[in-house]
Amino acid sequence: MAKSHVSMTVNGKPAEALVEPRTLLIHFLREQLNLTGPHIGCDTSHCGACTVDLDGRSVKSCTMFAVQANGADIRTIEGMAAADGTLHVLQDAFREMHGLQCGFCTPGMIMRAHRLLEENRNPSEEEIRFGISGNLCRCTGYQNIVKAIQYAAAKMNGVPFKEAAE
Amino acid sequence: MIPGSFAYHRPTSVNDAIRLLVDLGEEARPLAGGHSLIPMMKLRLATPEHLVDLAGIADLKGIRTEGGEIVIGAMTTQHEIVGSNVLAEKTPILREASLLIADPQVRYMGTLGGNVANGDPGNDMPAVMMCLGASYQLVGNSGERTIPAREFYQGVYLTALKPGEILANVRISVPAAGHGFAYEKLKRKIGDYATAAAAVVLVMSGGTVAACSIGLTNVADTPLWAEEAARIVTGSTLDAATVKRATAAAEAITSPASDGRGPAHYRTKMAGVMLARALASAKARAR
Repeated sequence: MAKSHVSMTVNGKPAEALVEPRTLLIHFLREQLNLTGPHIGCDTSHCGACTVDLDGRSVKSCTMFAVQANGADIRTIEGMAAADGTLHVLQDAFREMHGLQCGFCTPGMIMRAHRLLEENRNPSEEEIRFGISGNLCRCTGYQNIVKAIQYAAAKMNGVPFKEAAE
Repeated sequence: MIPGSFAYHRPTSVNDAIRLLVDLGEEARPLAGGHSLIPMMKLRLATPEHLVDLAGIADLKGIRTEGGEIVIGAMTTQHEIVGSNVLAEKTPILREASLLIADPQVRYMGTLGGNVANGDPGNDMPAVMMCLGASYQLVGNSGERTIPAREFYQGVYLTALKPGEILANVRISVPAAGHGFAYEKLKRKIGDYATAAAAVVLVMSGGTVAACSIGLTNVADTPLWAEEAARIVTGSTLDAATVKRATAAAEAITSPASDGRGPAHYRTKMAGVMLARALASAKARAR
């Protein structure tokens, strides 16, 4: 099958390649661009480990062809920290609040949380839980993931983080 | 999982899309949000030789009002439906139903057109559209035609869409101001299809139901318009005896499959339970 030319912006840098139309975006990111932060978990659009930010939307890159992303502006977990290595506030929050155990879901969780906070700077706990409902953590560490997102929201809003009583 | 090979086409007009679908014939499939088709392709349950991506067609996007009608382009996403102020004001049942579809990531991609035109009885919007009395504008080689949602569904993945035809938009007559509405969906978890779900739109007048329409999801090979159940509640105060008769009438038209969501008789009962809840919620919201 003839290959298609795609060009997109990934983590602020231009990326161009020839791809088979059937190439999934997750395979393109991982195997052609060597961005192995987005993970392949369930491979059936349930778990959210492959979540990336695409033109202001959180998408599951296992359920999208690279050709559909032609011209798009994409951000993966690799594009979150600053060039000097300073962690993004969400990355720092996941570290501070122990928002990960095995870490497999973390890149998808952070990319989803990023878009959630872009759309809603001060979400309630319920809004956070609903907002990340397309991301599964098989360690079931949701408590601290929610806490990490609350912590990041507080930092971004410049207000003190108040931990809810457990 | 890697899908079979296909050629990718991205037309920028409805006419170009139709021409491609007609010229390429049976081996071509239109691609909307892809969240039903791509999983099927990854499992090789679908192996189209050509995909005609409708994402580049501006005419298929957007929500607008035209007189007393709301027109929603087929490529409008569930996320856009959730965020629409026009829909929140005129037809809030759409937002309620959209939020019960899949998960946030899927709603950013999944489209109204894909949801209603795919013919999957598990999809939520078809019953909502039947409930609202919506109509679908279809475009094909020989021009446009309009078909009521209530006449569109023929079987599992079988609809009135003809080869080479696509759904361009969905038209909804705006329900009366102050109408009550509810979409009640029983599901096992986020992202699941309904065990059973019920859509209700009703108008209350002086404590009685002046008009009512009911749709049911995933309890038959097609979405169902529960005409008899709606007729039973119309004119009533939604007293317990009437609701019982209405839910029995709704249950009587279901024929669900026994599957992981439960045995058929359970799903039929749940259709009745969802309807009773939706009626109560719609009544409470009516002004």
